[in-house]
Amino acid sequence: MNVPADRKYRNSHEWAKLEGEVVTVGITDYAQHELGDVVYVELPEVGREVEAGEAVAVVESVKTASDIYAPVSGEVVEVNGALEESPERVNEDPYGEGWLFKIRPKDPSEYEGLLDPDAYLKVLEEEG
Amino acid sequence: MGGRMVDFAGWAMPLDYGSIKAEHLAVRQGAGLFDVSHMGEFWIEGPEALAFLEYVTTNKAARLKPGRAQYTMFPNASGGVVDDAYLYRPDDARYLLVVNAANVAKDWDHLQALSRDFDVRLTDRSDETALLALQGPKAAELLRDLCDADLGAYKKNAVFFARVAGREAMLARTGYTGEDGFEIFLKPEDAAHVFTALREAGATPAGLGARDTLRLEMGFPLYGHELDDATNPLCTPYAWVVKDKPFFGRDAIFGQACETRLVGLVLERGVPREGYPVVSGGEEVGRVTSGTLSPVLGRGIALAWVKSEVLEDEADLAVMVRGREHPARVHPLPFIRR
Repeated sequence: MNVPADRKYRNSHEWAKLEGEVVTVGITDYAQHELGDVVYVELPEVGREVEAGEAVAVVESVKTASDIYAPVSGEVVEVNGALEESPERVNEDPYGEGWLFKIRPKDPSEYEGLLDPDAYLKVLEEEG
Repeated sequence: MGGRMVDFAGWAMPLDYGSIKAEHLAVRQGAGLFDVSHMGEFWIEGPEALAFLEYVTTNKAARLKPGRAQYTMFPNASGGVVDDAYLYRPDDARYLLVVNAANVAKDWDHLQALSRDFDVRLTDRSDETALLALQGPKAAELLRDLCDADLGAYKKNAVFFARVAGREAMLARTGYTGEDGFEIFLKPEDAAHVFTALREAGATPAGLGARDTLRLEMGFPLYGHELDDATNPLCTPYAWVVKDKPFFGRDAIFGQACETRLVGLVLERGVPREGYPVVSGGEEVGRVTSGTLSPVLGRGIALAWVKSEVLEDEADLAVMVRGREHPARVHPLPFIRR
């Protein structure tokens, strides 16, 4: 399972990548594979203040709807509007063009507290 | 084959072989292959087989000529549905009822109890019968090379015997996807061989996930969702299956008014799911029984029970998706043009 080394993870299968002052958030390769074909993505409003662990987006596959949790607290500064037309990008490129939203973190230490790639790989092993 | 397995009525069944959407579109555009061996098979034989079936099912079994099949239901005493089923008459003397896997025990008890007044013999061959469904516009073309029957002679709902990939089979030009196709009844020991032969001939293996989205695009019911022991079939789009004839449960079915009706809904945005409320003017007026994003339409579609009085007013309807109203309009079934 593809778990890039350049970012952090939540055990609920979101990834978070800090670039400059902004954290980009998406779902992992494992998550998109488990969900199957993504057909609909509901994104938060730009400007919304979110708390770490808050359900802020929904990714729906043919079969099911799955909540996406904010990895860090802060303000939503951008969402991936292209997913409205092309939700399948979440399957095709979960770590790239399939990103969901960007947060400007309130507290940078929250990002450091997320799972590193090795710890996330252990989570995947446990889920078998 | 890399199937994602789920438990369904005690059977380990493939939900998908990788992509529900790809499997769905393979059935709509080419040929998909389902293993539906979990379905129950009851044979009905004896001098009063037809009289018995006329009594226990809502459709007109007497209209079924040898070599034909029909969709039917068996009602209970209170006007609900014990199960929906397909009835096949392969030849003069015998009938086959194919019932839902989850209902095999319940159906058997129900039919056994009602059979006591008839000179009829019921046999449960569910465990001795495998069932494959080859479905899609290219199904006939694909099967032609593997089957020793003249498929052109068998139209929709025909039942016949032939060899498929060298194995004895009973075939029916039926299915539950809205596409042309065949259901192939086999001995369990022959199923893997025939499945492999059809797959190698170009059929796309398809799982329960695609089976569900395909039947929902057609507006077909799935027992336990649209139909159950308390639903009156006359209040559903499947009222045509209930014929005006004497049958068990008839008075209960015809004696009830429909306070709610089962309808098809299409959403502009969002994906309706089972259990989501249907609202009108801020009031809850119904519930979704099945919902998905239609792979063909790219829109959310649902079947839902909605209060009859609201439907008469052509009121503005919406489905509550995670606390937000998504406008919905009533759509005739099927959802897609065939």
